[in-house]
Amino acid sequence: MTDLISRSTTLGRSTETPPPRMQSGRVELIGGPPPGPASIEAVDACAWFGDHLVLEGVDLLMPAGEVTALIGPSGCGKSTFLRLLNRMHELIPGAALDGKILLGGSDIYEVGRRAQQIRTRIGMVFQKPNPFPAMSIRENVLSGLKLARIKCDDKDGLVEQSLVRASLWKEVRDRLDRPGGALSGGQQQRLCIARSLAVQPNVLLMDEPCSALDPTSTGRVEETIAELRGDVTVVIVTHNMQQAQRVSDHCAFFLAEENQPGFVVEKGLTRDMFTNPIDSRTLNYVQGRFG
Amino acid sequence: MTDTYEIVEPVVGTTPVSSQFGNGSVVRSETNGGRNSRRPREFTSADVWSLAGSAISAACLNWLIFARFSSGAGWFGILLCTYVTFVAIFAVVTADRLGRLVAVDRVVTVIVMSAGVIVMVPLVLLVAYILVQGVKALRLTFFVHDQTGITPVLPATAGGGAHALVGTIEQVGLALLWSLPLGLAAAVFLNESRSKWRRPVRIFVDAMSGLPSIVAGLFIFAVLIIPFGTSGGLFGFNGFMASLALALVMLPTITRTVEVVLRLVPDGLREASLAMGASRARTVWSVVFPTARTGMTTAVVLGIARAVGETAPLLFTAFGYDLMNSNPFSGAQESLPLFVYRNIRKPDVNAIARGFSGALVLMLLVLVLFAIARFIGSDHSKRRNARASKNKVPAKNATPLDLTSTMFKGDLQS
Repeated sequence: MTDLISRSTTLGRSTETPPPRMQSGRVELIGGPPPGPASIEAVDACAWFGDHLVLEGVDLLMPAGEVTALIGPSGCGKSTFLRLLNRMHELIPGAALDGKILLGGSDIYEVGRRAQQIRTRIGMVFQKPNPFPAMSIRENVLSGLKLARIKCDDKDGLVEQSLVRASLWKEVRDRLDRPGGALSGGQQQRLCIARSLAVQPNVLLMDEPCSALDPTSTGRVEETIAELRGDVTVVIVTHNMQQAQRVSDHCAFFLAEENQPGFVVEKGLTRDMFTNPIDSRTLNYVQGRFG
Repeated sequence: MTDTYEIVEPVVGTTPVSSQFGNGSVVRSETNGGRNSRRPREFTSADVWSLAGSAISAACLNWLIFARFSSGAGWFGILLCTYVTFVAIFAVVTADRLGRLVAVDRVVTVIVMSAGVIVMVPLVLLVAYILVQGVKALRLTFFVHDQTGITPVLPATAGGGAHALVGTIEQVGLALLWSLPLGLAAAVFLNESRSKWRRPVRIFVDAMSGLPSIVAGLFIFAVLIIPFGTSGGLFGFNGFMASLALALVMLPTITRTVEVVLRLVPDGLREASLAMGASRARTVWSVVFPTARTGMTTAVVLGIARAVGETAPLLFTAFGYDLMNSNPFSGAQESLPLFVYRNIRKPDVNAIARGFSGALVLMLLVLVLFAIARFIGSDHSKRRNARASKNKVPAKNATPLDLTSTMFKGDLQS
């Protein structure tokens, strides 16, 4: 754990001057999530759409402050699993679930816990960049405060800090009042990351964040993920094997046989999964022989 | 592309005119850096000439047949025969010039275009008629005076319709006040909730939009005015009752238009908002409404434009009154459509002329409202187009980004 944090600080791009606010600690939020990364663990998680079981018996620990990649072919329940983790799954009509999702040890589906409060603690970045078109860049970053009713005295500081953490600050600091939709696709995605980071979540879920981006933008987003290591727990769904290898510490391989629910075939450290997998299906998948 | 136009030099031997004859449907319109650029299927000057020629020949032929050789037919018959002959001649000429395939294409084009012209004719005639009739008696005093002391002997320019204008504005304003919150709430219910009652509500809204507007007036009359009405009271004939009837007319329009606009808001934005810990209500208020703002404004203006021209709901609610009554909650009130209706029916040439002036003012009012709606609507699409074209611009190219972004900035501030 400690060497992970030190690794994350050395990973910051050394050529540029270090952003001042990052060193001097976080901008304080009132009513926000508790500080620091939190581990998130699925215990026997299942998910249904109507009568259709799409995910069965997933046990997976995503350690605090580390990056976990979920890989697997399309339709194997990775995204569904991700949406289970921040209670977005239940928003779909007819969706049901079973099992426990433990955030820092306590079940997020416990009776009496507000889904909105859970979602504030567990941010999410979507496949398609979706900045709010009616808001400026600055308003986009601060939108989480308004939406989740969090207060902050140093809004300028929060905007800068969030954009710095999403590696977007240098590109947009002169045009914070321009609309978010005017940015390029990659910048929009990093704006979405900044928006999620502004409420200082404990976990950040990313659902194929780079699949709509070109390689350069993908590289920037991956750098961003690397810098977030130690700061926030990252869970990323990706179809890109190289990306999973580059950014993640842990890996879980999902698979669904025909008309069967998805399940986890193999999980473990990323380097083990890619160099020395136990299951032959994992080997075939990570070497690109199917999927 | 553009600078090749500037250095264009006429090339000896290629005169664009020469291509008018022969050469199939090929057009050589511009000499472009020594090359002839052409657009297949384009209407050329040769086509225009054959159109004109066909029209003239058809007219002459029919004149010859109907006016010289026979005792003539009705004007409509002559017009119809001329049109048929014209299309036939044009078909033959084009087929001879460019072949059968092109001829069929051109003939269908001509028929479709003339259908378009025919559709425009009644509209233009209507507007022109009201314009000509209405302008006669329309003076600036129309916007200042009411009908105080107007007798049949006074000229049409005497008096005015200020009381009707005030009545219209008050009644429609109040109607908007009632129908806007209801319409917005209904649209949000239809689009943002997951209730199983959405279907019946949608059917009711649809049925309501087909409601004859006089029934709306009748409803208010029967339910409020007959049982509770007192002369000069809140439930007597007054602008407030009229606004209720108008609200019934506006409600389905606003609901359906706003619903369509809300449906256009991408689901990704709602998800993003919910994923940040917003409640559903918060999401609608802070994300969906701002995103759909321009479309919603258009919906409201369309609703107003719908209600402004309604006469029937006012007949037994506002009732109509010749003098200024600026209090919508007490006493009968005039409105522009009622003013037109009541004046046109009078056995008095001057009153009829005043009615036409009222109709013209009403039309102008609706025109202004539609212009506002179109302006807001086009503003919206321009913004989207600008964004779409911007995405093609490389991210590092600062200049075009700046240009369009200033445009956005103005839009955001407005």
